Amino acid sequence: MSIGEPLPRIDGPIKVTGAARYTADVHVTNMLYGVLVTASIPAGKVTGIDKSNALAEAGVVRVFTHEDMPRARSPIAGPPFAHSFLPLQDDQIRHEGQVIALVLAETLEAAEAGARKVRVRCAPTLAKIPATLAWPEIDRAAEPPRNTGYFFLETDFSKGNAGQNLASAPRHIAAVYSQPSRHHNPMEPSAVLALWDGDALTVYDSTQHVFAVQQGLAALFGIPPASVRVISQHTGGAFGLKGLIGSHEALAAQAARIAGRPVRIALSRANMYSFLGYQPRIVQKMGLGADEKGILAAVTHDVVNLTTVTDDYIEATTEASKALYATPTMWLRHRAERANVAMPTAMRAPGEGPGMWALESAMDELAFDLGMDPLDLRLANYAETDPATGAPWSSKKLREAYEDGARLFGWRDRPRSPRRDGDWIVGQGMASCLMGTFRFPSRAQVRLHCDGTAIVETGTQDIGTGVLTIFPQIAADVLGVSVSMIEFKMGDTTLPEAGPTYGSSSTMGVGAAVLAAAQDVRDKLARLANLPPAGVSMAEGRIGRTGAAESFSIAEVMERAGEPEIVGTGSFDPSKHGAGYSMRTFGAIFVEVGVDLELGLLRLRRAVGSYSVGRVVNPRTAHAQLLGGIVWGWGMAAMEQSAFEPTLGRFLSKNLAGVAIPVNADIPSDISIHFVDEVDDKASPIGGKGVGELGATGVAAAIANAVFHATGKRIRALPITPEKLIA
Amino acid sequence: MKLRSHLTITLRVNGLVRQEQVDARTTLLDLLREHLDLTGTKKGCNFGECGACTVHLNGRRVNGCLVLAASADGAEVTTIEGLAADGKLHPVQQAFIDLDAFQCGYCTPGQVMSAVALIREGHTRSAAEIREWMSGNLCRCSSYPQIVAAVEAAMDAKEG
Amino acid sequence: MDSFAYGRAAGIEDALAEGSGPNTVFLAGGTELLNWLRLGIAKPERVIDLTQLNGLAEIMRLPDGGLRIGALARLNDVALNEDVARGYPVLSQAILKSASAQLRNLATIGGNPFQRTRCGYFRAEDDLPCNKRNPGSGCSALNGINDRHAIFGWSEACVATQPSDPAAALAALDAIFVAAHKGGERRIKAVDFHTLPGDTPHIENTIRHGELIVGIELPVPAPHSAYLKLRERESYEYAVVSAAVALDLEGERISRARIALGSVALKPWRLTEAERSLAGVSANDSAAIRKIIDGSFGEAKALTHNAYKITLAKNAAVRAVRLAAAASS
Repeated sequence: MSIGEPLPRIDGPIKVTGAARYTADVHVTNMLYGVLVTASIPAGKVTGIDKSNALAEAGVVRVFTHEDMPRARSPIAGPPFAHSFLPLQDDQIRHEGQVIALVLAETLEAAEAGARKVRVRCAPTLAKIPATLAWPEIDRAAEPPRNTGYFFLETDFSKGNAGQNLASAPRHIAAVYSQPSRHHNPMEPSAVLALWDGDALTVYDSTQHVFAVQQGLAALFGIPPASVRVISQHTGGAFGLKGLIGSHEALAAQAARIAGRPVRIALSRANMYSFLGYQPRIVQKMGLGADEKGILAAVTHDVVNLTTVTDDYIEATTEASKALYATPTMWLRHRAERANVAMPTAMRAPGEGPGMWALESAMDELAFDLGMDPLDLRLANYAETDPATGAPWSSKKLREAYEDGARLFGWRDRPRSPRRDGDWIVGQGMASCLMGTFRFPSRAQVRLHCDGTAIVETGTQDIGTGVLTIFPQIAADVLGVSVSMIEFKMGDTTLPEAGPTYGSSSTMGVGAAVLAAAQDVRDKLARLANLPPAGVSMAEGRIGRTGAAESFSIAEVMERAGEPEIVGTGSFDPSKHGAGYSMRTFGAIFVEVGVDLELGLLRLRRAVGSYSVGRVVNPRTAHAQLLGGIVWGWGMAAMEQSAFEPTLGRFLSKNLAGVAIPVNADIPSDISIHFVDEVDDKASPIGGKGVGELGATGVAAAIANAVFHATGKRIRALPITPEKLIA
Repeated sequence: MKLRSHLTITLRVNGLVRQEQVDARTTLLDLLREHLDLTGTKKGCNFGECGACTVHLNGRRVNGCLVLAASADGAEVTTIEGLAADGKLHPVQQAFIDLDAFQCGYCTPGQVMSAVALIREGHTRSAAEIREWMSGNLCRCSSYPQIVAAVEAAMDAKEG
Repeated sequence: MDSFAYGRAAGIEDALAEGSGPNTVFLAGGTELLNWLRLGIAKPERVIDLTQLNGLAEIMRLPDGGLRIGALARLNDVALNEDVARGYPVLSQAILKSASAQLRNLATIGGNPFQRTRCGYFRAEDDLPCNKRNPGSGCSALNGINDRHAIFGWSEACVATQPSDPAAALAALDAIFVAAHKGGERRIKAVDFHTLPGDTPHIENTIRHGELIVGIELPVPAPHSAYLKLRERESYEYAVVSAAVALDLEGERISRARIALGSVALKPWRLTEAERSLAGVSANDSAAIRKIIDGSFGEAKALTHNAYKITLAKNAAVRAVRLAAAASS
């Protein structure tokens, strides 16, 4: 039985030897290097571009601007494009960093030097810049959202009369929590390689969704999707950034067609801060009303997030309040603050990531106000059914997650007053964890050979989550063979269509399709062996009636039947699973921090994450996902911010020195990950839900709560940096 | 002194002598990736701020993006492709697999090259020291504790 | 990068001869230069590679009890050298808290003081108004994002800081930079090496064009010394504020204190007033030390967003004095 085994990663050897090829590692003959030129002003028009110096650079072959890029069939895009305008289609500048030219050259050095020599003349117009970080200014700037295709959840919701309950509640917390814009910064900068063969386009891409790229580029060129092949064997980290089509992907394909040569564009790190997505600044006004026992009577959650002037990206921040605690009334609202900034996008744990920052901080403030243990306050408001709809949960073992986590951490035994450790004051904090469950239709195919080897095929993506191991594991489990017998073909639109690798959806969605395809093979093999498909099991390369001693080898059955190959197909259709149930994943995070108030230092000492996610297919890869999520949350809490320069209208530091993300020395080894034993038999035939993002929720609040425990300082604006600690 | 904007250099890469014509601006990193098709070494930032391009230059770990190829004339360079001997994984590579010290894999070659050098350097007297001396390699998926465990395991493997 | 002509120096004379040409820079570790080339901060026509020069990387004791460090010695080699680690822990610690192991294997002790500011406007991939990059274009940080910028010695033309950790330690140690030029050698005190911005922030140090640092000399050992570096992540990051302290102790009495703050000005900032007042004070008299340090910040001037750095710098200095006193010989 491979499902449930902590099998080592099958992609291990290729990744530790550098053999795994990422997009910018792919070389094709006659390839041109492309480097992008971006706008230096936040709003206005390009009035002229002087290419002469750039073209004079030895090796530069072509400079594209909006003046010579052919008009797309429609200049307006929308999903699967990341924003509704297409690059180089007009002279308008909508934000600093917008792509305004593309330089193609024979060598990278020439393209980079050439790009610096493109002389752009602009006529600036007055830019809308983000308001000062204060609730009254932000409230004033906020507007009701407009759907241009980028909403993925409802933006307003209310149940009962929360305003009234809040006003009459004996205990009342009202506070504003904020977090700055921050960038995903995957280690691999986005990259794309486009090449044409007649009217057929092949694209190598660093992406979370090859089929979206196929669909979007086919529409852009007005060609059938079957004429567009997108290949992505490995993506070097994505975290939500690479789910939609960016300016570089569209331009590489267009430039390759016109230039008649393959074009590779590998973004610089600075490009990654210029025209791609990021998690925008989010400001949240939280209201909690409760009685003297801490039982909630009202939850209000009023959110404003920054977005671009062309499209409203709305971060579904209030999902946290919608789904976590039982409450008779709630009032949830999202509004947009539009400015001349780049279009934001989903970031690992979108919605709940920011939402839990506010909710779990507010709950901690409420607990302190009541003199109640923060964990007991959570338990007192446990939601046995979905608080917004009343629907039953597909599965939920959050109570066990709380208790197991508390026990592993020693929560109940923690000192009431913070203790000292030399110059450090040590504090503890906790928070709930919550994540939505997204499911996308997927298809897969499995081919079994006489010798017991099999090929699993599905067009999914590898962004590091473990699918390269998990999907073979699932097939191996059904077919009763070792994973070493399974070959896995993925990352290519010529394969059966799989859903995107975001939303923590792959194992439960694509995995379910793989499961179904393997079961289809087993069913067909059973029939060939004259066995009832519903009553067989496979183990050690053999098939037999479940419970019976007699079994036949795969080779035997297939050779006798004269079949060299059995092909099974499978799919996952979310609408057929769990209708009427509310699906979430849950958990609890407990942290211990050290604070040095004189030096403004905050350091993580240990943590326990305890999770209710359903069946875990591979505990090893799941562990890595949750641990990675906790580190993601540490970065959010303790250091991450992409400071926006208001006069110049741009993110100031477009590099990895002026923007801090966690380093190895920040992260202690004492981080435990615990899974509650659970199976969710409604959400997916796999029996489990996603783990990629849950770990990143609740962490920031747990840390702020621990800082409060240690110092008495309640910090409501992330990140918790030295100037806030010594204030 | 002859000054040239394009020059021929000779260096030994993974034990093989290579002679290449380079633009003076070409970095060691781009020489490896674009001229020699040794794409195992990755470009994460091209400013020496992430460590993904870590290679061994004359036996020391360095950021390949901060070395001009011209400056590496006559040098000995080892990349991730040069670690496994006769198809057998280096103990550090094996330890990375055993201790699950990677996810997307993009930072991994740099992490491994750093770890191999770190063990040689001897700054491995404690987990804290390993963490500090491995901090020049960013990992966004964040397998940091697993990376530390892999270094410790590789050290044990070498001693055992 | 813009195109340039590359050449390799065979010897010091060769380097000095070529180095005094126009639009010419020296290349040592390259950990700053290559980034300047990529950002357009430096646009040389000629780059002279010094890395093959012999005899400039040695570390040796001087007859007067001091230490001479060759300019081309790599930072890691300097920090891990026994004489440096035992005799001058402030320098060893400052180096080991700099950058990353890989960068310290490339960067040289002679090149490091030429490190330029981390001001976000200066380091931008685009040309933003910056009097260092384009004299006369203005200082964007003065009324912009300046939470990491100077609290001492700034002018309306520039509010940047010198981020080098080794530079702060060398200033606290009263090191001497030995600079060679065609006519001979010149000795520059570390405390005089970096200059304040004034009206000419594009000038950052007192080295002359064509001069080459060939060595750094340290006076007698300072075993009671320590370096404290404050930053929000634990490693691989520049300081918000740092403090380099070297104490001469007679028993528990401080007979001489040298305190250099890093990342608070465009040069390492010696707290000379505090140094004077600390002479004769017991290293255990934390109240007196606190009072002296707090009182020595008269010249500190905050910008619009960095007043906290004054508090942080005071606290860093106090803590570093304690660490230096505790450092065993």
